Amino acid sequence: MPLVRLMRRPFFWILALAIAVFALAPVFGNNVALREALILDAVYITLASNLNLMLGYAGYINFGSIVFFGLGGYTCVWLVNSYHWPLGASLLVAGVCVSVLALIFGLGILRLRGAFFALATVGIVEAVQAFAENFTPWGGSSGIYLSGDIFTPLGGPARALWVIYFMMVAVMGLSLYLSYAIKSSKFGLGLLAIGQNEDAAAILGVPTPLYKALVYSASAFLPAIAGGLYFFKSAFIQPSDAFDLTLSTEALVVAMLGGQGTVAGVAIGAFLYEELRGYLLTSSMFANFQLFVSGALLLLIVLFFPGGLMGFIYRHFPRTQKVLE
Amino acid sequence: MSVLLDLREVSKRFGGLQAVRNLSFDVRQGEILGLIGPNGAGKSTLFNLINGVFAPDHGRIIFDGIDITGERPYRVARYGLARTHQIVQPLTNLTVLDNCTVGACFGRKNLPLARAHEAAREAIAIAGLENRAAMLALNLTIAEKKRLELARALAAQPKLLLLDEVLSGLNPTEVEHMIGVVRRIRERGVTILIIEHLMQAIMGLSDRIVVLNFGQKLAEGLPAEVARHPQVIEAYLGDPKLAAELQGAG
Repeated sequence: MPLVRLMRRPFFWILALAIAVFALAPVFGNNVALREALILDAVYITLASNLNLMLGYAGYINFGSIVFFGLGGYTCVWLVNSYHWPLGASLLVAGVCVSVLALIFGLGILRLRGAFFALATVGIVEAVQAFAENFTPWGGSSGIYLSGDIFTPLGGPARALWVIYFMMVAVMGLSLYLSYAIKSSKFGLGLLAIGQNEDAAAILGVPTPLYKALVYSASAFLPAIAGGLYFFKSAFIQPSDAFDLTLSTEALVVAMLGGQGTVAGVAIGAFLYEELRGYLLTSSMFANFQLFVSGALLLLIVLFFPGGLMGFIYRHFPRTQKVLE
Repeated sequence: MSVLLDLREVSKRFGGLQAVRNLSFDVRQGEILGLIGPNGAGKSTLFNLINGVFAPDHGRIIFDGIDITGERPYRVARYGLARTHQIVQPLTNLTVLDNCTVGACFGRKNLPLARAHEAAREAIAIAGLENRAAMLALNLTIAEKKRLELARALAAQPKLLLLDEVLSGLNPTEVEHMIGVVRRIRERGVTILIIEHLMQAIMGLSDRIVVLNFGQKLAEGLPAEVARHPQVIEAYLGDPKLAAELQGAG
């Protein structure tokens, strides 16, 4: 759907306002602690929104979404470190490379359905992690450390962290608009049809193999850039951080918590989950307790709230369906 | 009349079962061709072969001058061939309108979304589902789901429509309504190949009938001719009620 038509809908502006508030909130009073919390929220929202393209729209459970994040991180950090590329170009190349790779993977594993597809995505995480651990240009299992002067082109460390924050919020915003634009398009309708009944969709004329491969590839682009930013900011990347299956699983929980297939729900779910996780991580009583909570949460959602937060809101306030996507 | 769909010596085997054997017939432009036969005669398999769910082991299927043998279902749909399912396959969590919009978007005309909505509304009106357009497909009654199957196929603006038992499971009033809908679709110039077990209905509706038994063609002709055909009567004698109906209809 053309941008102009999207802009006529209230949801476009609700989304724009939310992103603007998100971007500017830590600027007032130079609130660095808030900025660091929000940048993690932005990472989660980016991962969950893009995962939602597969899970909520096409109905494919992808346990391997973290691969996009990690590979994007590696590509970007590697280009910056070994070839002294500027950050922007490294991020873009990381996004494109990972998307192309996803397209190739996708054409292979998207012949599988249901549990078999889900298992194959776990296999991809393991395979890519093993690759990274043994690939010498990427430093093998000890990873890549960036030197201290990488932040100089961005105006020194203090300013660089702000620049990275705004870039991450932009990636998050683009993720949300990508979700929204796809949902409002013919492509999105085809994906939703696949998610409901793939055989019936094909008989109605939806080119299912192409659409699945395209959405898998599209769902890789922005997470790869987010990974590039994230690991550039850390100035360090290693396989166990980059390909942490936990984060993949958490992204699934978040998408289901918010309401798979919705744009706003997934973002709200990611935000709430990350806030909860932050609390559980820092509380002295519950070290690493967030994994238990996310498991329990997933169980409860699947059993009692299959529509997630948005499903609940839609049911009790049916009018919101017309405004909130 | 020119030939729209041409089946040439089509065969399909599933393990030890020869579901369709050396079957040839054609569907002519603008007609309603009825496909009857006892349970397990291979009727639904034939539909699956025509629209690409299965590829035939032998033979060719020519649609509107194009060889569609073994083409994937979504390609076949683009050429202008739509179908309904005997067991309804609604996209349950989409509205009736969205279900039909999928048909219109990805059917023969490959319409953009806005125009697909219009085509979908038109198809919904023909199927008599106007007041259900905004409802989720899962909340429809079985009769409405059957009509949704039809509306969705119709929204694709096909040249040929394959109807697989659209009347089964409906009460007499609903059957009457559905027959009216099928006739209206034909009046719009859509060619129809229809599978049906309700003899009375299919004999009245079809211009010609093809009878299948054990995957082979048993008879072909006008409804009255077919009903008098000795082998057809024999095939149905296993089911005296159907045989009587067949005689009555002829």
